[in-house]
Amino acid sequence: MSDPVLLSVEGVAVDLPTPRGNLRAVDQVDLRIGAGRTLGVVGESGCGKTMLSRAILQLLPRKARLSGRVMFDGQDLVRLEPEQLRKLRGRSIAVVFQDPMTSLNPVLTIGTQLIETLQEHLELGALAAKKRSAELLAAVGIPAPEQRLMQYPHQLSGGMRQRVAIAIALSCEPKLLIADEPTTALDVTVQAQILDLLAREQRRRHMAMILITHDLGVVAGRTDEVAVMYAGRVVERAPTPELFKRMRMPYTEALLAAIPKIDAAPHTPLPAISGRPPDPTRPIQGCSFSPRCRYAASRCFREKPLLADADRLDHQYACFHPIQVAAGICA
Amino acid sequence: MMQEARQSSSRDSLLRVENLVVEYAVGGKTIHAVSDVSLQVARGETLGLVGESGCGKSTLGRAVLQLRRPVSGRVLFDGQDLTAMQGDSLRRIRRRVQLIFQDPIASLNPRRRIGDIIAEPLVISGVKDPKKRQELVCEVLSAVGLDPGLVIERLPHEFSGGQCQRICIARALVLNPEFVICDEPVSALDVSIRAQILNLLEDMKARFGLTLLFIAHDLAVVKAVSDRVAVMYLGRLCEVGPSEQLFAKPAHHYTALLIEAIPVPDPDVRPAETVAVGEPPSPIAPPSGCRFRTRCPRADQRCIDEVPELRPVAPDQFAACHHPLIATA
Repeated sequence: MSDPVLLSVEGVAVDLPTPRGNLRAVDQVDLRIGAGRTLGVVGESGCGKTMLSRAILQLLPRKARLSGRVMFDGQDLVRLEPEQLRKLRGRSIAVVFQDPMTSLNPVLTIGTQLIETLQEHLELGALAAKKRSAELLAAVGIPAPEQRLMQYPHQLSGGMRQRVAIAIALSCEPKLLIADEPTTALDVTVQAQILDLLAREQRRRHMAMILITHDLGVVAGRTDEVAVMYAGRVVERAPTPELFKRMRMPYTEALLAAIPKIDAAPHTPLPAISGRPPDPTRPIQGCSFSPRCRYAASRCFREKPLLADADRLDHQYACFHPIQVAAGICA
Repeated sequence: MMQEARQSSSRDSLLRVENLVVEYAVGGKTIHAVSDVSLQVARGETLGLVGESGCGKSTLGRAVLQLRRPVSGRVLFDGQDLTAMQGDSLRRIRRRVQLIFQDPIASLNPRRRIGDIIAEPLVISGVKDPKKRQELVCEVLSAVGLDPGLVIERLPHEFSGGQCQRICIARALVLNPEFVICDEPVSALDVSIRAQILNLLEDMKARFGLTLLFIAHDLAVVKAVSDRVAVMYLGRLCEVGPSEQLFAKPAHHYTALLIEAIPVPDPDVRPAETVAVGEPPSPIAPPSGCRFRTRCPRADQRCIDEVPELRPVAPDQFAACHHPLIATA
C-alpha cells in the first residue's frame, strides 16, 4: 500500500426503514483503497455490497440514513453539497452497473449519451466531443465506432452494451471506477472479455477500481485486495494472494468450497453452506454467520467479533475461531 | 466397460432426439434456434447441456416436451414419438416428464398457497381424494427438505429463492416422473444456496430413480452433476462426451474456449487474456458451414463451405469440427 489513499470509508453504516422495521444494510464498514489499486468486494446478494457502493457515490434511496465518513481525495463526500457531488460523479468517480440495458437510456443514441457526458464534465465542443466518443468506443473494443454512435442500446448485444457503459464511465478519466457486478448479466466468454477490458484500462489509466461481485473466481486473478462481506459487515479483508492462501474466516472458506470446481469429478457432493443469510431486519446478537458456521461455539452466539488484525500485515478478519493456517483449504 | 456403456446407452435410451429443427418467426425473419440436433439420454443418466444464452438450449428443452412444436425431426420418449402426439395422449406422457425453470420465484403463482401449488399436478392427473393428495404433498415436501407443517399454508413471497426452488422441485416430483428437464435451475441462486440445490437434485435423482436433462451455461455446475455433457453453439451441437473426458480433452475449439473462460478462484492462475474473441453471431443469419467459424482460431475455407458432422473423436466422444483438437484415427 505504497500508493496514497484515494478513498477511505470510515465507520459507514446505512439504515433503511422498511415496513418490517429498520434494516441495517451496511454495518460499520471501514475500507481503504489507494490510487491505481483494485479492491474486490465479494458477497452474496443482500450482504450490503451494492448499498456500500451507493453510499460511496451518495446515491442512497431517499429514506436511507447514512452515518460515518466517506473521504475521497481529501474531502468528505457525506458533507458535500448536491451541486458539488454532481460535478464529482461521472468526473472523478464513475460507475458501471450490472445490467447495461437499464443503465443506458433506451431512447437516446449511444453517441448522444457519450457526448452528453463529455460536454457536461469536460466542457468539450460538439465536434471534439464526437471525435473523442468514437475514440473511446474504439478503445473499449467496439468495431466501426462512428456507426455505433448513431445506434440505440437495443441494437447492440449485451456485451457491446456493457462496453458502451464502460466507455461512458471512462470518458472523463475518473480516478475511481466502481464496477458493480459488471459481468453477472453476461455469458462466460463475454465475461472474460469484459473483465480483461476493465483490467487493461485500469492499468493503463492508473485508475483505482472497486470490483463488486458474488464470484470469488472473478476477483482472484484481477484484484490487489479483497474484502468479503456478510450481513452488512466486512468479515475478512486481505491482499488477494494472502486471502486465498491463508483465509481465516470460516465464511470465506465455505464460500470458496461451495463453488463447483471444474477439476472435481462429476457427482462429487458439494460442501454446501447450510441455511441462509440472516434476515437483515432481525439483527443477530452474536456473529451473524454463527447459525451457519460449523466452527461456532457458545461465545459466537453471544458476542459479535470485531474485524481485527491477524498476525500478518494487512490481513483482518472478524472471527473468534479462525481457521488455523495449516488446516486452511487450498483451492 | 466403455463398450458396455455405449451398448447400454443405445439399447436403453429413455429419450432420443433425432434431427430436431426448431425455428421461430420474428418480424418476417426466421430464427434458427435449433438446427438438426440429435442426442440421447440413457435411463438413469444425467445429460448436461451447455451453451451461451441464445444458443437454443432452452428451446431444445421445451421442444422435447412439445411446448414448442419442432419444424421437423422426432422426439422419442420411451419409444413413443412425441411429435406425432396430441391432446390427451401427450398430456398423459407429460406426467412422466417434468420441468424445473430458472427463476423459482416467477414460476410459482404468488396468490396460491404452497400446498395447492404442489397439489395442482395431482388434481390435473386425476387424484380425486384430497386426503391422498395431502399425503403425497407432505411426502414430497419432506423429501426436498421442507417441513410440510410450516410450509403448505404459506404463500411464495414468504420464501427465499433457494426455498422456492425446493418448492418447484417438489412440484416437479410429486407425480413421480421418470424424466426431469432442469433449465438453469441454479443460475438465479447465490453461491451458498446453489450448492444446496445441486446436492438436492443429486439426492432426488438417486431417491426417485430419475433421468435428467440438465441445461446450464456454467460448465463447472454442469460438470458437477452430469454423466455426459453436450455443448451447443448457435443451434447446433458442437461436442458430446463423458463429462470428465470432455473437460480433460475437449475436441471442439468452442468447448476449449468455454473451459478457458471460466474464472478460477485461485490468484496464482493468471486469467488467460484474449482467449475469447467476439460474440456469437445472430441466429437469424447464422454463418455458413461451421457456425463457430467466425470466432474459431482454426477456421479455413472448408469450415465456410461444409457443415461439420458429429464424428467420433474418442470412445463415446463426438465432435462436429473439421479440425478437432484431438487427432482422429
